[in-house]
Amino acid sequence: MAVSEPSPVAGTQDAPRKREVVYRHAVVVRVTHWINVLCLTLLLMSGLQIFNYHPALYWGNYGYRGVPSVVSIGSEIDPENGAPVGVTRIAGMSFVTTGMLGVSYDSERGMVRRAFPAWLTLPGEPALALARDWHFLMAWLFVANGAIYLLFGVISGHFRRDLAPAADQLRVRHVLADIWDHVRLRAPRGEAARRYNVLQKLAYLVVVFLLLPIMVLSGLTMSPAVTAAVPSLLDLFGGRQSARTIHFLVANLLVLFVLVHVVEVFLAGVVNGMRSMITGRYVIRPQAQS
Amino acid sequence: MSRRISRRSLLRAGSVAGASLLLSGCDGVVELPSTRSALDFGQLLSLRVQRLLLSGQPLAREFAVADISPEFPLNGTSMPNGFPYFQMMVSQFASWRLTVDGLVRRPLSLSLAEIKALPARTQITLHSCDEGWSAIGQWTGVQLSHLLQTAELMPDVRYIVFHCLDELERTPDRSGLYYESLDLFDALHPQTILAYGMNGQSLPVAHGAPLRLRVERQIGYKNAKYVTRIEAVDRLDHLGRGKGGFWEDRGYQWYAGL
Repeated sequence: MAVSEPSPVAGTQDAPRKREVVYRHAVVVRVTHWINVLCLTLLLMSGLQIFNYHPALYWGNYGYRGVPSVVSIGSEIDPENGAPVGVTRIAGMSFVTTGMLGVSYDSERGMVRRAFPAWLTLPGEPALALARDWHFLMAWLFVANGAIYLLFGVISGHFRRDLAPAADQLRVRHVLADIWDHVRLRAPRGEAARRYNVLQKLAYLVVVFLLLPIMVLSGLTMSPAVTAAVPSLLDLFGGRQSARTIHFLVANLLVLFVLVHVVEVFLAGVVNGMRSMITGRYVIRPQAQS
Repeated sequence: MSRRISRRSLLRAGSVAGASLLLSGCDGVVELPSTRSALDFGQLLSLRVQRLLLSGQPLAREFAVADISPEFPLNGTSMPNGFPYFQMMVSQFASWRLTVDGLVRRPLSLSLAEIKALPARTQITLHSCDEGWSAIGQWTGVQLSHLLQTAELMPDVRYIVFHCLDELERTPDRSGLYYESLDLFDALHPQTILAYGMNGQSLPVAHGAPLRLRVERQIGYKNAKYVTRIEAVDRLDHLGRGKGGFWEDRGYQWYAGL
């Protein structure tokens, strides 16, 4: 989208009737996007492995077994048949989550008591040191990749041109119409498909400039060396355990974003979407005849 | 720890990470030798960047008495096995001595009373375990730098090793004795102390009596308990399995600032 020039056909007032190809994503955006996919996937999986070693979240600076937790994933024994039951507690409410959280199936050992299942963690088997190695290596790659993306976004005008909502997109009627389109799962066509829609822009802005920076900063707040150098991080997040809780909750929001993002790619056309994020070329489908 | 971070190793780290996605990040990838070198590169990067961040030797945050957590979880050994420790414990460590030796000009042998007579530092700090929990405790002890200055380090000293009384893994050859090591950057830091007091009381047995290490800018397992001997060395490969600590010998990071 960074270098999308209006094509000759699009210059006319009429909505284009023909299939038209635009250059949608600059190479830097495409490469950093896929490196980011790799980083966030491995960060999530190794992060869940680390979480499994103490599957409870607290508020403040200290937190350990016995301190009231905001969220916890554990297991209990069913008194009737002696089978383990996965129990997830969120803000005082308990949910039975056997099979997924607390107790999950393992091809070698059957039902195993563990917060997140083996297939979601890196490594699959419990290995705290290795998970931490992966998490921090991927965090470095994520930060380096993110820095390149941010620098490019500012210098090339990508953020201003493609991510900042245009004035007409911010009008209440337009936003409502866009929400209605999303509710009906209707993907934009024609002229509207030349730019990101307003909800899409806002989602990208929130992820890039709010959620991902919170992930980096809350992660750093868990490092005793970093907080020795920058103690105000502890105040920013309200303590080390609060930072850990926020790190986990925002990771969940990012997973939610990715799910919606992938669904939207399928709704708008997965072949076209994947091609544009690999080669840069995106097909503008003609306006539907009404 | 003296490898330089080259652009080539950066590229190598990136390409290995890319390859691991293709192979779906399964456990087979985790065990590839090139994966291991990429992960080692990540460790080195963290060490170098954090050392840069800490180059002014800032103190870790110190808290108020009211911030001390109601409890302080136990990890590792809570009572060293064997009769010799039991004997020392019942005699309130009257016969216990701390040795400072290795590459020093004046080796020391100090009783607990002699250590308590040295200038003391008290600090209330946040203890962070790599598992994810954290607690706040107050520690009183002698600065390690004071002991090392008294013992007079030789110029080729690079690491300080802490030998402990507890056997965390019981083996016939006693290779499961706990030990840890720091380089001089952290060993000489003002908050690096050998603590004999905790939360205003004598250090409890479960927390490493009579003497434990506090190194406030690193993760929990660096804070060795039941310290009995401090050895100044120029390298770590001849100790234990050569990685510089009990957990390090079992795959954990030697530098644990994060």
